[in-house]
Amino acid sequence: MAMGSITRRSMLGMMGMGALTLAACGGSSESGAESGGADAAGTNVKIEMVTDTGGVNDQSFNQLAWAGMGQLQEETGWEVSYLESKQDSDYMTNLDKAVDDEASIVWGIGFSMSDAINAVADQNPDVTFASIEGTNENSKENLTAVAFKSEEPSFVVGYIAARMSESGKVGFIGGMESETIKAFEYGYYAGVEYANKENGTSVTYQGQYAESFSDAAKGKSIAQKMIKDGCDVMFHAAGGAGVGMLEACNDSKVFSIGVDQDQAALFPEYETIVTSALKRVDNAVIVVSKGIIDGSIEGGQNLMLGAADDAVGIPEGHDKVPDDVYEAAVALFDDIKAGDIVVPADKDAFDAFVKSL
Amino acid sequence: MNSVILLLSITLMYSTPLVFGALGGVISERSGVTNIGIEGMMVVGAVAAAAGSYFSGNPWIGFILAGICGAIVALLHAVASVSFAADQTISGVAINMLAPGIALFACRQLFEGAAMSPIAPKLPGIVHEQMSLNVTTIIALIFAVIMWFVLYKTKWGLRIRAVGEHPQAADTLGINVYKVRYACVLISGMFAGFGGASMTIAIISQFTQTAISGHGFIAMAAVIFGKWHPFGAYGACMLFGFTQALVILLGGGDFVVPSQILSMLPYAMTIIVLVLFVGRSIAPKADGIPYIKGSR
Repeated sequence: MAMGSITRRSMLGMMGMGALTLAACGGSSESGAESGGADAAGTNVKIEMVTDTGGVNDQSFNQLAWAGMGQLQEETGWEVSYLESKQDSDYMTNLDKAVDDEASIVWGIGFSMSDAINAVADQNPDVTFASIEGTNENSKENLTAVAFKSEEPSFVVGYIAARMSESGKVGFIGGMESETIKAFEYGYYAGVEYANKENGTSVTYQGQYAESFSDAAKGKSIAQKMIKDGCDVMFHAAGGAGVGMLEACNDSKVFSIGVDQDQAALFPEYETIVTSALKRVDNAVIVVSKGIIDGSIEGGQNLMLGAADDAVGIPEGHDKVPDDVYEAAVALFDDIKAGDIVVPADKDAFDAFVKSL
Repeated sequence: MNSVILLLSITLMYSTPLVFGALGGVISERSGVTNIGIEGMMVVGAVAAAAGSYFSGNPWIGFILAGICGAIVALLHAVASVSFAADQTISGVAINMLAPGIALFACRQLFEGAAMSPIAPKLPGIVHEQMSLNVTTIIALIFAVIMWFVLYKTKWGLRIRAVGEHPQAADTLGINVYKVRYACVLISGMFAGFGGASMTIAIISQFTQTAISGHGFIAMAAVIFGKWHPFGAYGACMLFGFTQALVILLGGGDFVVPSQILSMLPYAMTIIVLVLFVGRSIAPKADGIPYIKGSR
């Protein structure tokens, strides 16, 4: 009887968890739409983006993408607008709505919309789609998937970390172990190795995975451990778990490096964030939208944008980074652009990179 | 030695939100109301704490506000499951679906459409080179002791347990079953709210959508694991926190076990300990059964 009761309750708990995931961003299912005014430049190009559940003010990719579209409108006079998704089930509906609006390009922002945009692109072969961080699953002609060479900004912040470390130890925290996150990790390590070679230092690095993109307590714990081990500059690619790392670094007054967006600007109260490895979603939206409209970018590709496209970078603000280090870091982007440095994105390429130094 | 201190420090930090959630579960279930909605109440507490602390500048106001908001959400559960004798599981599940929506909506209303709050002032704590300890950890321990004392050493506690075991008998003896259950469910929500606060204004210092992700469910498991006893639940949360800390200390570096395998350890260990050492876990007899006056 008692055991029966436990089983029943655990199962219900699981159901609850499933329901929670479904409703993670529940509440309202309505989708807000706002339209930027069309310019009278004699064009009828119309670009519409669909946000993921973060919404257009998510202080992340959606916001950056919308900023990029604003700039695009200023430059070209094209009409731009967005549709906000309140929950996962809004993705298809919103993408369909954008199709009905007869948009020239329908953007889907965020990895979580990948399945939805592939499905809608299959159903609407005449409409042009583009995706940030999604994948074009069967190289359909009407979808351009845009991802970022995250190893490149990671390389540069790794270089900065090595130059700024006084203890000679730097750390990295990853979310879940995957090729995407490995690119951050090995790019970062390569940056440290590069700085070591350049300056004759011997900064060491260590990395650990939280196996979660949400567990802030775990991110904080791992950071505390690394700080105790002597790491004095920390970088993360761990989403919500990384928030814990930023917190631990701020508590212990140890330097930290943000990811994806300018986290120092986002969290001004954290005094120890020195720089961030940026994905310039805004630039990517501009470059790719223009490319698709003028025909220079053919559909059906999985694009990897990097320094050469100005789609990755570090923030200009650098009050905690010495000027010479900052300038050397910016110069590295030029080397990457010119192809003088090819940043490794996995273990094998990394080993080869270290040998070649 | 240093590693031992770090292990302890991480254990305490990790388990604190779970302990609050589990204490909430214990008090509610001891009175005979299953509370699946702990997770939802924690989420609401988490956003209330961050907002209260941010706007007032005083983290204690955030902490108290979290308790109040948790209790308000619990009131929904109490009305449905005590007054209207609704299925308590369904009511709890509904709260878990509703609460993240409420939290996100509140966050967007308060912080100009952002899905996370700005950095808010944090509750005090000790940050030392080797050891960090937040005041919430101590509060959680104190509450566990108080709850044990109240449940097992006072008249009120006896009444609560009587209502959870045999409400008809308790009613016959002049105990107002509805009042007791209402009080316990509200206190349960308050604790869950504190649990949310101990994440968003102690471990980190902002509300994010992922700040509370599954903590309430682990807390619920800890209630069963700890045999519906405050210290049992406390111990279960500590065990979970300890294995997490162990995983963190073992992971990274040249350790050969893949981190995916390692990260299963807390869950696997909990099951193993439960099966081997804890034995039968018996719920309060009337747990989950709505009480209807006069029915037999």
